[in-house]
Amino acid sequence: MKNRYDVVVVGAGPGGSITAKVAAKGGLDVLLVEKRQEIGSPVRCAEGVSKKGLKKFLPQIKKEWISSEANGARIYSPDGTKVEMAEEMAGSEVGYVLERKIFDRDLAIMSADEGADVYAKTTVTDLVIKDGFVKGVKGRHLGKSFEVECNLVIGADGTESKIGRMAGIDTTLKPVDIESGAEYLMTGIDVDDFCDFYLGNDVAPGGYAWIFPKGDKRANVGLAVLGKHLLKKTVKRPIDYLNKFVKEHYKDGKVASVILGGVPVSRPVKTIGNGIMLVGDAARFTDPITGGGILKAMESGTMAGETAVDAIEAEDFSENTLKKYENKWRPTIGRKNERNYLIKEFFITLSDDELNGLARSVNEVKITEMSVTGLVATLIEKNPETLKNLSKMLFKYL
Amino acid sequence: MINVDRYKCGYCGTCVSVCPEAAIDLLETFININDSMCKACNICVKICPIGALEVPIDEE
Repeated sequence: MKNRYDVVVVGAGPGGSITAKVAAKGGLDVLLVEKRQEIGSPVRCAEGVSKKGLKKFLPQIKKEWISSEANGARIYSPDGTKVEMAEEMAGSEVGYVLERKIFDRDLAIMSADEGADVYAKTTVTDLVIKDGFVKGVKGRHLGKSFEVECNLVIGADGTESKIGRMAGIDTTLKPVDIESGAEYLMTGIDVDDFCDFYLGNDVAPGGYAWIFPKGDKRANVGLAVLGKHLLKKTVKRPIDYLNKFVKEHYKDGKVASVILGGVPVSRPVKTIGNGIMLVGDAARFTDPITGGGILKAMESGTMAGETAVDAIEAEDFSENTLKKYENKWRPTIGRKNERNYLIKEFFITLSDDELNGLARSVNEVKITEMSVTGLVATLIEKNPETLKNLSKMLFKYL
Repeated sequence: MINVDRYKCGYCGTCVSVCPEAAIDLLETFININDSMCKACNICVKICPIGALEVPIDEE
């Protein structure tokens, strides 16, 4: 490790690795650090990603990254009413079910291939701040302290998002803006090539349960509960809901991995400061409806990497110059995030009966565009009275 | 003070993201709560997907 870099990227998930790759490709001296000793592990993800979305960032998809392909999705309302979608119409979170351990490590290696220095088991414990500018990081590598100077720090440190806080950006998630999740990689269960989603207050209050096929009688079976509900005494732990769900649906399955994690379902935070940018989950770019974060991490990472290249060329690392980054993500990631945030705010207020009613209104319908937009537009069309307020809120987005 | 059951904890960092005092760190395979910063709001205890954080009974 050198003692000076142009850019230090903290966190080697898809967001950090793409930032490092784009910055290194643009000629910058880049350090990418990951606190875990193995990049990509432990997984904290259901691993679903849209095919089209992934190919936008990675035209060459390696077969090792893909556990299986999902060709459709089914949503079950609390009383079991099914809404089915076929692949060509399915939402952006249906497509590939990844093998994140391999995928994440390969992305970090791609950044190394572009010239970035990559270090695992390397934790950033503090930022070096001089005259109001982030000018470096302090941390530990293999237990040994180090300090590195730099012009820009990119916080790609995921749900925890501590780098932002160290720079004075409040990234704290309110209980209404986080889903707490538990998942098993199950084996010996009957699954097909569809992703299943189950809704209901007895299944996953304020969230949903999912089954994402991983091939060979395996699947990620998980669920997430809205933090707001977990504050109530009557609501159990996500792991308890998961055990109940598994008992009801896959009682003969075996548990090959236990996966835990928090999913931001928030509006984005401030993502820039003097000498700092936040990307991916750390910036709260996760989709508030689907909980998907991989593509938004890669998209924001690309934008941050490009902005870093421009800032180094201009030799200006002020928040004002880094506004370029916000100007890139606000009309793209930001707009979609805001729309889905409003949809989430509405859906978490619905009772099981209301969810059943909505599901019944569309279960016979052929929905031509089965994305979140398509589904919500069809729901509004079929339920103009019930969804009047939602429709008003979303007027400028649909 | 909040206890962490290290045998239960899956070091996922969900507690870190909700702590209003930034008193929790996820180090490589464990979480660390800075007792001098903790205001005992217990949001972390409730958010944990697996119930690895606990308020000691005599303080509840």
